[in-house]
Amino acid sequence: MSNGQTRTKPAKGQGGTLYRGNTGMWSWVLHRVTGIGIFFFLIEHVLSTALIRVSPEAYNAVIGTYKTPIFGLVEVGLVAAIGFHALNGLRVMLIDFWSKGAKYQKAMLWIAIVIWAILMIGFTPRHLMNVFAEMMGA
Amino acid sequence: MSTVIENPRSPYTRPARKKRRFNIEKWAWLFMRGSGVILVFLIFGHLFFNLMLGEGIRAIDFGFVGGKLANPFWQWWDVLMLWLALIHGGNGMRTVINDYVTGQKLRPFILWTLFAIVAILIVLGTLVTFTFDPCPITENIELLPSFCNA
Repeated sequence: MSNGQTRTKPAKGQGGTLYRGNTGMWSWVLHRVTGIGIFFFLIEHVLSTALIRVSPEAYNAVIGTYKTPIFGLVEVGLVAAIGFHALNGLRVMLIDFWSKGAKYQKAMLWIAIVIWAILMIGFTPRHLMNVFAEMMGA
Repeated sequence: MSTVIENPRSPYTRPARKKRRFNIEKWAWLFMRGSGVILVFLIFGHLFFNLMLGEGIRAIDFGFVGGKLANPFWQWWDVLMLWLALIHGGNGMRTVINDYVTGQKLRPFILWTLFAIVAILIVLGTLVTFTFDPCPITENIELLPSFCNA
């Protein structure tokens, strides 16, 4: 490195620091990417919901596009992003405020991912059933 | 007369700095955590009520949203969610912009654009929530919440 120090690659499974390399860094990247995505959705969501102030017909026309299969899949991705951002956000708070948070940051990431997976297993079939029932006109 | 020669090895001392009583970055940092906890509760509740209960997304139309927002409980739930989510998201975007946008003219421009988007959406969303009519005059009465026909 430029300061003359040598940096040895950490052994497998041992990240050097909390935020550089391995799970600490990649959870940070995912937190950022999901946060940016959710923010852009939020802009669209507030604007389209504001159509309730225009007319019932205008709102129903826009919300109708959300019930198409493609949007149905996008919504699964959106809920997945929100779920990860929420659970990892709670992990970040525990790292910041809990005295043992930094020590258990990696374990807490796996716990967050397991809870996220359980929530998604509960949500995805339920949502896709509704979306495809709508498509079939049932 | 003797000249005073300073100790060449005296440690570096920082110039005295005015002690700031209000550190806005500290409060922004705390806000992200405080609003984050509340948003987890509000948004999970929002998603569960709108997408999991009943027919989920199939049931969402003007009648559904109008019926929900005729209730002060959901009005305040949604307005609190609107304010916290936009300020939380806006502050997060500010952090990201400060990290990656290095242009000295571009960065303030993007930051002001972001501020304008957040401010406009907060005002718009709050006004819509509290001023909209769940039973507007329309030829398509079937689109309205069921209580409008009473």
